[in-house]
Amino acid sequence: MEKTELDQTRAPIYEALERFREMRVVPFDVPGHKHGKGNPELTAFLGEKCVGVDVNSMKPLDNLCHPVSVIRDAELLAADAFGAKHAFLMVGGTTSSVQSMVLSCCKQGDKIILPRNVHRSVINSLVLCGAIPVYVNPDVDRRLGISLGMSREHVRKAIAENPDAVAVLVNNPTYYGICSDLRAIVKMAHDAGMLCLADEAHGTHFYFGDNMPVSAMRAGADMAAVSMHKSGGSLTQSSLLLIGENVNERHVRQIINLTQTTSGSYLLMSSLDISRRNLALRGKEVFRKVIEMAEYAREEINAVGGYYAYGRELINGDSIFDFDPTKLSVHTRDIGLAGIEVYDILRDEYDIQIEFGDIGNILAYLSIGDRIQELERLVSALAEIKRRYKKDPDGLLSQEYIDPEVVCSPQKAFYSQKKSIPINESSGFVCSEFVMCYPPGIPILAPGERITKDIIDYIQYAKAKGCSMTGSEDPDINNINVLV
Amino acid sequence: MNLWFSEYHAPDVRHSLRVTRHLYSSKSDYQQIDIFDTPEFGKVLALDGDVMLTERDEFIYNEMITHIPMSVHPNVQDILVIGAGDGGVVKELTRYESVKRIDLVEMDPQVIEACRTYLPENACKLDDTRVHIYFDNALRFIRRSSEEYDLIIVDSNDPFGPSEGYFTREFYGICYNALRSDGIMVNQQGSPFYKHDAEAMQRSHKRIVNTFPISRVYQAHIPTYAAGYWLFGFASKKYHPINDFDEERWKSLHLSTKYYTTKLHIGSFYLPAYLEKMLMEVES
Repeated sequence: MEKTELDQTRAPIYEALERFREMRVVPFDVPGHKHGKGNPELTAFLGEKCVGVDVNSMKPLDNLCHPVSVIRDAELLAADAFGAKHAFLMVGGTTSSVQSMVLSCCKQGDKIILPRNVHRSVINSLVLCGAIPVYVNPDVDRRLGISLGMSREHVRKAIAENPDAVAVLVNNPTYYGICSDLRAIVKMAHDAGMLCLADEAHGTHFYFGDNMPVSAMRAGADMAAVSMHKSGGSLTQSSLLLIGENVNERHVRQIINLTQTTSGSYLLMSSLDISRRNLALRGKEVFRKVIEMAEYAREEINAVGGYYAYGRELINGDSIFDFDPTKLSVHTRDIGLAGIEVYDILRDEYDIQIEFGDIGNILAYLSIGDRIQELERLVSALAEIKRRYKKDPDGLLSQEYIDPEVVCSPQKAFYSQKKSIPINESSGFVCSEFVMCYPPGIPILAPGERITKDIIDYIQYAKAKGCSMTGSEDPDINNINVLV
Repeated sequence: MNLWFSEYHAPDVRHSLRVTRHLYSSKSDYQQIDIFDTPEFGKVLALDGDVMLTERDEFIYNEMITHIPMSVHPNVQDILVIGAGDGGVVKELTRYESVKRIDLVEMDPQVIEACRTYLPENACKLDDTRVHIYFDNALRFIRRSSEEYDLIIVDSNDPFGPSEGYFTREFYGICYNALRSDGIMVNQQGSPFYKHDAEAMQRSHKRIVNTFPISRVYQAHIPTYAAGYWLFGFASKKYHPINDFDEERWKSLHLSTKYYTTKLHIGSFYLPAYLEKMLMEVES
């Protein structure tokens, strides 16, 4: 398929799988369940149609490691739909997209400029490649207790102080929907000879909806990791990695193949293909409805009182350069409940599962699959929680950004000799592992950072409020690994 | 003509009615609406293929969901009715002179329109001056009220379609909040017989028990509903459905009924052993 004849109504992988189904090929290859016949319980659970296309690479279906036919065509269509030079179909989650993105441009000892409120997958990739993080302190909204975007001045300063850095990484947007001035940051990075990378795990819809923040490709960024399975509607663990003009497609393919499976799932790939087609054909209308629903929910939640469902009014031209209108983030502290407490009550008492609760906020994820009647339930449940549980907010900690002190690279810290000590006695030591609440999965501590009393207090408070803590070897985080 | 309407009462059980004429069929924004004529049950209203009412047995449902609370609460003036677009519940309620206001919240205007045209005997009191019809999502409507009603009647479809939200903890909570300090909420509570229905009934009973200080279940025999056996929930902030039942006061109103009697009122709260057990399981 040549670029000149790209037709977004096509879905090459899906079409090839449909043809494959009709050919009734006898399978003497993997997977061993043989179109489900060898695993009737699984087939009964997932359905014959599903297991029948859980197949291996073969000539008519192409090969994800080295695509030349239908997967290649699907990638070209995706690149066209997202306005990228090339798009890679990814089957290891957006974690794999983020890691391939970082590994494509950083090697041992290289510096990369990034905000501290990145997803764990970014710092994990620094453990893998040995690059050194240069953190830009994201501004904090004191009232909401959330980290914002990077201000232009902070990025300019970090670039000036680290002219040898190879790349700047930007969240577009953050989990809470907040965007930095991506166009300006791209220009600053390029002027300094650096690449600009975007973590767009929460930004798929920026490429299709009207009145959305600018997407990474449109802003001129060099690479972007896009979670199609979040707002785009594809299956969990499917993702896209996009590249711009400055990046070599073949090099990135080699990097991807370092860690990606050689048995790419056709369920995941076909879901990317079908979802891309849907977004290209109907994305504008779909996301118009999502925005409408989010705006409606914000109005209704704010009418309940006590809660603050925030939106574009936060925009300040810099660290909140733009706001993702599909995000339904609600500040709960003023009713005297931590976000995580509201999150738990919603699930335990109202059978409503939201994306996450942190110390002061909850986030309900709205997407392609939502309907207004479920939003009425969410709003009513929030009204009920306020009526039943409202208390004095005094004594509730407000989340503060804790400026990290990076003592050594994440890789050095991760692989150095370490010992386990009680967390209460760890102040002053250098941490060799992650500590985070999940979700949102933004590290409180990353390998190589100095542990302080503030950080210990924060971890204890989050634990007491019921946050699910992950990352450390000790699942209860009573002990923590530190450098000897 | 040998035309039959069938409804699944359980995955392996169907209930069928012979149809002589299909009078109305339309897909609204919310659901598929059908009205047809049958030799045994007269005209039938079905939503998404589920029988909502038949001319032959609607009196049982409509009398039991209204006269039970109306005979317990001594002074019902303001009533909120959820669903009930066919008008049957409103028809019974307008017989009480003490009632000053009936707010009816129905999400689907097309149901009311169709019933006005094809089931006028049911819908005839929708034009009573005390009746105010609001086309809205009930959760949204009720959220805005606080201590405003003496009685809320939830006349919804089953909990597996567009009415799912009316069987939730948040719905019962906002109803509680919308009732005055001696208010009563009565809802159709499904059937305890088939497994799927029974589990839904238990879930919603548990949620009501967690919301209201008084929560009791009563029963009626309704031939066209699943298993022919139907339950109602009586949830109340103050009045007990039997201890506070004033038989003489209700009799003095001289309302004629086809199903409800003051003796049956008390009897309907005496439940079979298997049902008592199911309710107890979720009450503790």
